[in-house]
Amino acid sequence: MRAATQVFEGGFSDAVLNSQEVFRALMDAMANPGRIMLVRDLVNAPAPLTPVMAAIAATLFDHDSTVWCDRAIAGSTAAMGWLKFQTGLKLTSDPSGAQFALVHDIDVMPSLEAFAKGSSEYPDRSTTIILQIAGFSGVEALTLEGPGIENATSFTPSNLPKLFIDQWTANRATFPRGVDLVFAGRGALAALPRTTRVSRGEV
Amino acid sequence: MTELATYNFAYLDEQTKRMIRRAILKAIAIPGYQVPFASREMPMPYGWGTGGVQVTAAVIGPDDTLKVIDQGADDTTNAVSIRAFFQKTANVAVTTRTAAATIIQTRHRIPEAALQTGQTLVYQVPIPEPLRFLEPRETETRKMHALEEYGLMHVKLYEDIARHGHIATTYAYPVKVEGRYVMDPSPTPKFDNPKMHNSPALQLFGAGREKRIYAIPPYTEVVSLDFEDHPFEIQTFSQPCALCGAKGSYLDEVILDDKGGSMFVCSDTDFCEDRQAKGHRGHLSANPAEAAE
Repeated sequence: MRAATQVFEGGFSDAVLNSQEVFRALMDAMANPGRIMLVRDLVNAPAPLTPVMAAIAATLFDHDSTVWCDRAIAGSTAAMGWLKFQTGLKLTSDPSGAQFALVHDIDVMPSLEAFAKGSSEYPDRSTTIILQIAGFSGVEALTLEGPGIENATSFTPSNLPKLFIDQWTANRATFPRGVDLVFAGRGALAALPRTTRVSRGEV
Repeated sequence: MTELATYNFAYLDEQTKRMIRRAILKAIAIPGYQVPFASREMPMPYGWGTGGVQVTAAVIGPDDTLKVIDQGADDTTNAVSIRAFFQKTANVAVTTRTAAATIIQTRHRIPEAALQTGQTLVYQVPIPEPLRFLEPRETETRKMHALEEYGLMHVKLYEDIARHGHIATTYAYPVKVEGRYVMDPSPTPKFDNPKMHNSPALQLFGAGREKRIYAIPPYTEVVSLDFEDHPFEIQTFSQPCALCGAKGSYLDEVILDDKGGSMFVCSDTDFCEDRQAKGHRGHLSANPAEAAE
């Protein structure tokens, strides 16, 4: 019974304006790679979904979006129930056929290569991967360059997928095909579109 | 309740907004690439900015300040009706001042005043495919973009030179975005092309009838196509604005009588009014001292 009420509660209190607020943060993050956009706690979803990740899901997902969830999220009945009830999303177990991916456990996620990269004719048919991270004050700094960035900027996510620089370089090499990343931190989000060039070290 | 139910905020239903928002995110991630989207019927005819209106409706929030221009002017039919549309359906603040706006929807001009970080420019686009008049089949143009096969576009510009001695394309002048996609900047005069390059503002393009959304993120390389021996050039005008005396702004010709008389005035009304308010005068502007007498 408790699990059931968790599923039905905790959505946007104002579906229209809350989703607009989260979308603007997402749009500005995508247009300014590495810029940290603050997001208020607008939803209350069952663990392991965090408020920011759940808010992104509630903003972008519906019956037209195919979503892949990693084992941590897919294994939680309450979290999956919440996503299904609040968004009506379509689920897939095949990451290469997903428009979106929710990744809670970044250390054991599949390689970026495993997700949809789109085709040469339709590079937009690719996966936007939403990664759960602790925050944006990690110790290891990355330097970002590319569209949306004046000169260069530093980006310090608390954790990254394994061999990230190599994986991201390979993702860059297939441009315009490739995946896009959204980092969901605590109370904030940031994005790395496929156009961004990443190197180690601070600016 | 005797009143009819009000519209959803910014007119569109939420599912439509989500669909457009997903397209906008992909468009920003692939600068210059045209993302197909399920364009809706809007309460205005195709060709009146339905693409731009849908993009603005998906982006706008209650804290935004909206400016709408049509050929640079805030007071022409298209601009007035779209501004009124968003006042009615989203109850947002509107302005005519470029610097005060957070979202600027435009039909075929980029404001003269430099855009700032945080501003979003939304273009109304009639024909998003720059190769469409050279190759009518969508399957073929898609393949040409996929293979980066833009030779045909250069042939078209070359034929301009062969026929006229110079590149005669003056509006919808093709650009290459970030060294990859050739893009139609919508029918803005080529005068505005340099403003797209490295702009601090986000530029979104919506084509309602053709069902395409594309984008240029801030600080993105936008290069007008040209040849080494025929470099890209913008229009110049032989006289300053007749009302504010501005040199170097884009001018419209206004017919004054049926004897061939005409004047040239700034196409950007906000820019022109701002200059006049600061005391700049052109040769046809009313002298305030005389007008007071």
